[in-house]
Amino acid sequence: MRLYLTVFALLVAVHCEELFNVDQVLRIQAESENYTEVLKELEKNVDWGLDFWTHGFSTERPVDFRVPNTSLCAVKDFLRENNITFTVMINNVQELLDKERAEMVSNAEIKHKTKSFNFAAYNNLETIYSFMDTLVASHPNLISKVKIGSTYENRPMYVLKFSTGGEKRPAIWIDAGIHAREWVSHASAVWIADRIATDFKENRAPVPSILSKMDIFLMIVANPDGYVFSHISSRPFHRLWRKSRCVTSNPNCPGVDLNRNWDAEFSGPGGSDDPCREDYRGPSAQSEIEVKNIADFITSHGNFKSFMTLHSYSQLLMYPYAYSGTNAPDQPELHDVATQANKALYSWHSTIYKVGSIFHTIEQASGASVDWAYQRGIKYSFAFELRDTGKYGFLLPADQIVSTARETWLALKYIMQYVCDR
Amino acid sequence: MATGDLVPTHFPARRAAQVALHHLNTRHGSPFRVFGLQQVHKATAEDVGTGGRKYSLDFSVTDYGSSGSVLRCSADVLFPRTEKHSPPEVQLHCEGLQQISSSPEEEAFYQKHISPDSAVSAHDIPDSYGNISQDMKPFWHLARVAASFIMLRESSENTEYNMAQVANVSQQETSEKQLMLKYHVLLHDFVSQEIIHWKLLSSWSPDGGVRVLETEWQPKCPHATKPPSAN
Repeated sequence: MRLYLTVFALLVAVHCEELFNVDQVLRIQAESENYTEVLKELEKNVDWGLDFWTHGFSTERPVDFRVPNTSLCAVKDFLRENNITFTVMINNVQELLDKERAEMVSNAEIKHKTKSFNFAAYNNLETIYSFMDTLVASHPNLISKVKIGSTYENRPMYVLKFSTGGEKRPAIWIDAGIHAREWVSHASAVWIADRIATDFKENRAPVPSILSKMDIFLMIVANPDGYVFSHISSRPFHRLWRKSRCVTSNPNCPGVDLNRNWDAEFSGPGGSDDPCREDYRGPSAQSEIEVKNIADFITSHGNFKSFMTLHSYSQLLMYPYAYSGTNAPDQPELHDVATQANKALYSWHSTIYKVGSIFHTIEQASGASVDWAYQRGIKYSFAFELRDTGKYGFLLPADQIVSTARETWLALKYIMQYVCDR
Repeated sequence: MATGDLVPTHFPARRAAQVALHHLNTRHGSPFRVFGLQQVHKATAEDVGTGGRKYSLDFSVTDYGSSGSVLRCSADVLFPRTEKHSPPEVQLHCEGLQQISSSPEEEAFYQKHISPDSAVSAHDIPDSYGNISQDMKPFWHLARVAASFIMLRESSENTEYNMAQVANVSQQETSEKQLMLKYHVLLHDFVSQEIIHWKLLSSWSPDGGVRVLETEWQPKCPHATKPPSAN
């Protein structure tokens, strides 16, 4: 048999017409004892340099082997001559190896990028948006980036969607940065986004179980125009900007307080009609594109169960109402949830937060997002005012970002778990 | 407005405590001693005969200037109800306050900057990222103390002031044995969310404490004509 093969191989090599410059992997289904004999002979042939990927021949399983390009023509002819059917499993081994290598390099770069992203710093919009892309690329089966519209100055508004599937599952909404100068809120949200992804990947409770039943939507920058403006210079005029950047009826005074523009008792006391004020509510409810984009998104989704918004400063964990001192119908339950969430928060660093309705803990505010959400039936609506209590105020040192994010995360986790259980 | 027992975590009690805090800082603040409100334990309020409203408070403060120590205080804060704004009146007592006296740090700081060579000048404290150099911290504390004179004077039941930032500070020449500092400070009123600019001239010495010699409100917008408290 061997002599026959060797002779045949020589003959075939001379007459081979096809030229290959790549290695291929062929598959043979051994359909009979005869096949097995042929395969055993092939294996013994060192000249052809075959590299068997499956070992042990039987009629039960297919046999895969890599054929060097120099032998491909001869081997294929040999198989045809012997009426052995084969399929080309990989028709370009090098291409596959190159692709795999490129993927590995790219993955390493992505890992490096997420690892090298500085969570303990205040990052500008471009860096945050690029972080979002990196996060999505590292967790393509969990996270997607949803564009819900554009800002007044035509910047994209993105929400990160954390989902393990399903069709419009019950969802949780978290936003930060509706007020531009509250930098620790955006910074905490960035850390939290990464944390949700990592907890899911490393199977750390309760995130995987929450995500098996619910989706999480996280909007890191709810007021991109304002955020960019607050980075323009270190002058207080920029850094301490609160509102959006729309043109108003007063050319000297741009911007609307986006947290007074919601369709919830809009134009009541606790907001201003003067465009030059920091709490200017805008000309009408939802007149501001940023608010409209979020409201429309949440309304058309229709299945949000919780709405949480991050602000700074004052260290408060609050629930509706903002527009009135009357207790919301679910006040006892919301107060309970907030109190428990607060205990979780406190456990990280003993940071003292106070719990209560927005009206009673801060002041009356009309057109606030939390009231809007609650009145739309999103029962578990909460507003956070993060660190500190006035020592640094809006200018919280960056070395407190991660600690702030961690304690906030403990409270958020408690609330999400609570909502999920119901 | 509520009368009698107040919920300590709600804003009426907190605003009154903040006023007491400003008073405390004007009397006992220094480059190395500034108090912040930790929490309110108990509070009551009542209307008084002259048409004002008096708050009685039991609260704790933290010295974040250097020691980090926590003091328990009690205070009466009277907000007059007059047609034109007048400053609240505060009576205050804190445990352990008497023992506080001028520290070696204060003496060293004083000696360093009272010398004719010292001409400190800086801006944006803290900077956008919350950074303050160690050298600048005492000046930041002093600004907070000096600003407390203004915050105390401007406070009402409808304001809640903190100092947001020191826009700039420059040391002034003087023949007095006082550190003379010109400040441009930014106050943040948590109720209106406004940033209010004030320029002030203050003096400090370990023996004399902080005094404010001149204050001048700075309009934010070109069209604004009067400070918020006058509304």
